[in-house]
Amino acid sequence: MPSPMNAAELLDRHYLEVRARLLEIAATLDRIDRGDGTAAEDARMQQIRAGLQILLRSPAGESDGGNRAEQIQHLFSRPYEAEWRKSLDI
Amino acid sequence: MDYIDPHIHMVSRVTDDYAMLSRMGCVAVSEPAFWAGFDRGTADGFRDYFRQLTEVEPRRAADYGIRHFTWLCINAKEAENVSLSREVIQMIPEFLKAPNVLGIGEIGLNKNTRNEATVFLEHLDVAAEHEQLILIHTPHLADKYQGTRMILDMLGGDARIDRSRVLVDHVEEHTIREVLDAGYWAGMTLYPLTKCTPQRAADMIEQFGPERLMANSAGDWGPSKPTAVPDLIFELRRRGHSDALIKKVVYDNPIEFFSGSKNFSLK
Ligand SMILES: [Zn+2]
Repeated sequence: MPSPMNAAELLDRHYLEVRARLLEIAATLDRIDRGDGTAAEDARMQQIRAGLQILLRSPAGESDGGNRAEQIQHLFSRPYEAEWRKSLDI
Repeated sequence: MDYIDPHIHMVSRVTDDYAMLSRMGCVAVSEPAFWAGFDRGTADGFRDYFRQLTEVEPRRAADYGIRHFTWLCINAKEAENVSLSREVIQMIPEFLKAPNVLGIGEIGLNKNTRNEATVFLEHLDVAAEHEQLILIHTPHLADKYQGTRMILDMLGGDARIDRSRVLVDHVEEHTIREVLDAGYWAGMTLYPLTKCTPQRAADMIEQFGPERLMANSAGDWGPSKPTAVPDLIFELRRRGHSDALIKKVVYDNPIEFFSGSKNFSLK
């Protein structure tokens, strides 16, 4: 089911919001960098970097495009372990 | 627009919230049994909670013209205590006679442990034995994907379960497809930080269509917004969606699913 708004209208509506969120992420990463010590090796920082890479992927229509939100969700999820019944002895 | 909030914890909300929901168009709420923010020590603690859900809240809601329905269980967090869980599960049948009970819920997983899975399966037995609808809580954050898949494995492995009588709640972008494709109902929870925003819920409606899909606030004692469903209505209207589509998600669908219980009626 398509959105009733076209791409240009959606961009009009969300441009300032996306700009503000990018600034928020930039300022947060700067704040972490300015803090004493380093968080660069923290697994969560690596997840954040991988998340930013997902945002840069190809647009809808190409193989992994159009589902960035789903990809981000999987990035922050433990993967499915099909043999869970065995490991939990259920 | 008239709407139904299919998942909200009114025992945690003040009376002003009932008044506000009513002004916003809420005509009915469904309240699953859940965690109180602390582990209850005894089965009698749950007996009192079930009385609150079946006797007190319906009266409080009725003062504002809202129908109150409820679901019974011991939630996944407290399910770590298996012996207490069994005492509570034994007590459920006597409350199933209450006129506002729709089924068993919100059962599910929290940290995807053995005890949680054991208690989940025992709840399925009660639901099957008493022909009750089922409302399911899926875990949050990193545990959601694995937990949702485990729940689908357990439901799918039980031939007694009619999938059209099960609502899997708190779906997000990475779990919604598997839930809907398997034939269950899906609920999107609009909740700050850990679940879904009205914008993302509207995106999922656009991507997956409105069939077997609902939205709820899961308003509770945490940072949550009991009027989140009207926020979704507003977002869908701003995007130019038809009233018929919006009504299907926030009103018709809950009625269709809840009508699987003979206790459900808006009259
Ligand atoms: Zn809940």
